[in-house]
Amino acid sequence: MFILEPDGFEKILDSLREKGYRITGPKLRDGAIVLDTIDSAASLPRGVRDHQGPGRYRLEETGDDSWFSYTLGSDSWKKLFFHPIKPLFKTTRDGGLLQIEPEPPREGLKALIGVRPCELQALAIQDKVLAEGEFVDRHYVASRKGTFIVAVNCTVPGGTCFCVSMGTGPVADRGYDISLTELGSNGATRFVARAGSPHGEELLAAASSGKAGESDLQLEAELLEAAAGNMGRSLDVEGLAAALAESGDHPRWEEVAERCQACTNCTMACPTCYCHTVEDSTDLTGSVADRTRVWDSCFTADHSYLHGGSVRETRGARYRQWLTHKLSSWHDQFGGSGCTGCGRCITWCPVGIDITEEAQAVRGTARG
Amino acid sequence: MSPEPGSINLTDRIRGGVDPMVPRIYNVERIRRNNHDTFTMELNPADGGNPEPFSAGQFNMLYIFGVGEIPVSISGDPVQDGPLMHTIREVGTVTRAMARLKPGDSIGVRGPFGSHWPVELAVGTDVVIVAGGIGLAPLRPVIYQVTGNRSRYGRMVLLYGARAPKEILYQRQLKAWGGSFDMDVHVTVDRGERGWNGEIGVVTGLIRRAPLDRSGAIALICGPEIMMRFSAQELLRRGMDKDRIYVSMERNMKCGVGLCGHCQYGAKIICKDGPVYRYDDIESLLGRREV
Ligand SMILES: Cc1cc2nc3c(=O)[nH]c(=O)nc-3n(C[C@H](O)[C@H](O)[C@H](O)COP(=O)(O)OP(=O)(O)OC[C@H]3O[C@@H](n4cnc5c(N)ncnc54)[C@H](O)[C@@H]3O)c2cc1C
Ligand code: SF4
Ligand code: SF4
Ligand code: FES
Repeated sequence: MFILEPDGFEKILDSLREKGYRITGPKLRDGAIVLDTIDSAASLPRGVRDHQGPGRYRLEETGDDSWFSYTLGSDSWKKLFFHPIKPLFKTTRDGGLLQIEPEPPREGLKALIGVRPCELQALAIQDKVLAEGEFVDRHYVASRKGTFIVAVNCTVPGGTCFCVSMGTGPVADRGYDISLTELGSNGATRFVARAGSPHGEELLAAASSGKAGESDLQLEAELLEAAAGNMGRSLDVEGLAAALAESGDHPRWEEVAERCQACTNCTMACPTCYCHTVEDSTDLTGSVADRTRVWDSCFTADHSYLHGGSVRETRGARYRQWLTHKLSSWHDQFGGSGCTGCGRCITWCPVGIDITEEAQAVRGTARG
Repeated sequence: MSPEPGSINLTDRIRGGVDPMVPRIYNVERIRRNNHDTFTMELNPADGGNPEPFSAGQFNMLYIFGVGEIPVSISGDPVQDGPLMHTIREVGTVTRAMARLKPGDSIGVRGPFGSHWPVELAVGTDVVIVAGGIGLAPLRPVIYQVTGNRSRYGRMVLLYGARAPKEILYQRQLKAWGGSFDMDVHVTVDRGERGWNGEIGVVTGLIRRAPLDRSGAIALICGPEIMMRFSAQELLRRGMDKDRIYVSMERNMKCGVGLCGHCQYGAKIICKDGPVYRYDDIESLLGRREV
């Protein structure tokens, strides 16, 4: 365990940049936290915290210069690896004959700064789906290789967070190269830092101002324990997957359908949703055709389309697909939950539908 | 401490050096009309190699240049060498574009993907095939496989329902198979027409009277979902065991390899753990609305 001061933090970014890493981290833009390329620690938001609730997101100044008092914005790290729009191949036609030119997978060193514990789990979940099955998404694998992660433990959870219920936070326990816990503010920000890989260890050894002392660790433990007790939401997952699997014709699905707009916000914002479709287009001469992979959502009519109509015609059926996939069938398919408890689907739902509330309502009165 | 926790210990594991999302180009050798809206395509790889080996019940993703890509079961012989065969009903954009292909045209093929009919379980016992409409196409490879090695299997019974007499697929083959005592062929149509003196009614009616006497027989069903459900129920009533009945499911598919999320059916991922399922594996889902 190390102590990292702000200048040490900067040093780490410098050495990553020198090694050719492209650095992405949180930034303040148009009143929200977004993930973007950052030049230095100075690009990180300071002294802000968010107020999140169902259908609500607002940033507010804290009055101090704390580095990480906010939590998640609407975009997640998945956009860096599972690209929203990805060309797959180009087909050219010469007479009746086809030539296919696959898009080469692109590798590249990426450093992610400020990855929250629930987001580490989201990356692990997408790895499982897109990169660890019988077939893999080559583009995902290529861009996911060579990633360096600086995780930040949460000391100030958001109003829609429930990582404690999902067992994914507020403390990162794996999947990082370096993890940080912010201690103190008011001009005295410092971090307890841990290495999760030899590369992380090497950078920390060079950049830290020494080993963390007993009192630092004591303070860290208190902050993290307080955070765990401060979750905006909770979800009782005991027996939930099984109860939801039997919830097919629960009346709550029709009830939520009256509120759901099928806008797809929840699936776009969700860091684990991986559904995608393909689009085909031809150029004006008709001799070149492109095939592109784009994000999709189970809230669209096309998602379940079979000739003649959609299998899931009603919003109730689509909402049921979404919620039961996240919290129930994901376990059968991939050996764990598809939800990290990040709360984005709650915050970014225009009508404030809350997954924890809906799951509880369905389970609370489940039949059988 | 693993070497690169932030990164992933992944290799670009791709089978045979082929990206599963990139098609192999095949040329159309010939297109044969089966009836007014169904045709069978014969294809060979444009690179001069052999078509991919497959098992009865598997499907390919067929891509038409700039138009779209669809899942289609393989309808040819899984044992004998020969061109890749697909029997396709024209229902929309891609299937209609396919119907317009001419010999010499090229299409993209990815696959074969998915689970297969458990023909191996039929060795030494009876096979009952229940098909509705285009559902006979994915089952034809089973018929080829059994008739190609006839003595290994017991009795084979085909119960087939079509909408009308002129929509019956593979008519000449059905006659040949039935006539040579390779298989009992029973066909019914929803509505008769002049010159039809066979059965009229749904396929479940055929099941009620079918010669199913040997225990341990297996049943393979393919057709519309509701037809599969009623057929399975009728077979159970006739004393067949749940774990000897198989069905082939259908959902929208964009990738065919378990990555795109489209073919989910409850907890099932049809392109990956299906399309062929043992009946008791999906019994609780069949008949549920909008799953
Ligand atoms: C495992 C499997 C095996 C199949 N085998 C055969 C076969 O042997 N012969 C045959 O004629 N048909 C088969 N189908 C159905 C065939 O895929 C559809 O008829 C076809 O996709 C319709 O495409 P379209 O563009 O002509 O129709 P449209 O109605 O224009 O459909 C638009 C798009 O929706 C999707 N779509 C529509 N219907 C289906 C469907 N039923 N299944 C999956 N995606 C669909 C496709 O992406 C299609 O391009 C099979 C389907 C599956 C899932
Ligand atoms: S379902 Fe909602 S809370 Fe769970 S991971 Fe997705 S966006 Fe976050
Ligand atoms: S089916 Fe819906 S909930 Fe599941 S991954 Fe796809 S978009 Fe997300
Ligand atoms: S078709 Fe893409 S997951 Fe099955």
